[in-house]
Amino acid sequence: MSFINYSSREINCKIVYYGPGLCGKTTNLQYIYNKTNPEAKGKMISLATETERTLFFDFLPLSLGEIRGFRTRFHLYTVPGQVFYDASRKLILKGVDGVVFVADSQIERMEANIESLDNLRTNLGEQGYDLDKLPYVVQLNKRDLPNSAPLTELQEVLNPTNVTTFEAVAVKGVGVFDTLKAVAKLVLTELRKGG
Amino acid sequence: MANQQLVMYEEELQQMIAVCEQLYRDANGKAVLVIDKNGQAIAQSGEVEHLDVTSLSSLTAGNVAATGGIASLLAEKEFAGQFHEGERTNVHISIVAQRLILLVLFDERSSLGLVRLRVRKAAIELTAILDRLTKKTEAGSQPSIFAEITDDDIDNLFND
Repeated sequence: MSFINYSSREINCKIVYYGPGLCGKTTNLQYIYNKTNPEAKGKMISLATETERTLFFDFLPLSLGEIRGFRTRFHLYTVPGQVFYDASRKLILKGVDGVVFVADSQIERMEANIESLDNLRTNLGEQGYDLDKLPYVVQLNKRDLPNSAPLTELQEVLNPTNVTTFEAVAVKGVGVFDTLKAVAKLVLTELRKGG
Repeated sequence: MANQQLVMYEEELQQMIAVCEQLYRDANGKAVLVIDKNGQAIAQSGEVEHLDVTSLSSLTAGNVAATGGIASLLAEKEFAGQFHEGERTNVHISIVAQRLILLVLFDERSSLGLVRLRVRKAAIELTAILDRLTKKTEAGSQPSIFAEITDDDIDNLFND
């Protein structure tokens, strides 16, 4: 749910990174945080367990620049990927403007990817959203691992609607900003249509 | 689509800030914040210059969302208020018109009873402002920023 503030001349949007446990959602945000100028970002918050697994969410406020005198600010959130945190995932999807599905390319994680994608559709549906109508991109992460599944197979299974996809190695930053820019652009374009 | 965009105009923002300032004084608070339920900071008053308002807003919204989740598990509509007691700072959180969060930080100069009392009045005023804002947005009486934005403007934002 975007927030347009004509008084402070700001456009605020919410982007959620979704995906199975350990797919690299938090890593995406950490890389963005580390590579962004201090004036363009706020504090990154991670509500995590003692073993650094996301418990509730990660949060990173980011400023992407100005459009026609309006500052565009994006609030990036991740969800906890582990299956049993479903109630928390639902809460974080509330008011979402754009979604990134981060898939783990490892062949062993295919089932987990499929389950998480189904869960994303279900949870969005419960809140009255349709994934096919939301600004949405897919990131195929961990492309550098030897056990990663072929691209065509991942696309076929995880991206049947053929949305924009990025190959990524989030720990090294490969594809991270391309993914963010693509979803942010889709969000702004969608807002423009609605406005 | 479940998206209900919140649009804020100068007039209503000033009114909300005025409500925050009044509440800050009346409740002997340290700071007062109005936050969108999705975690966007809207208006604030009091000793906010050393606060990370963005983080505080996001975490408060997360807290309210989690509490709302607990409420629905217990077949409650919502828990309208929350209170956190600290050694130096106490936090009072309340939901206004199911859309806004009103956060009051206070210390030993005030009391929970006083804050609760003053919050009630402020909540009524904020609800009225929010109603006017909703009507104004629905009426489309103000030109939308997005009517002016072109595809090129969006592209330019992402040019390195």
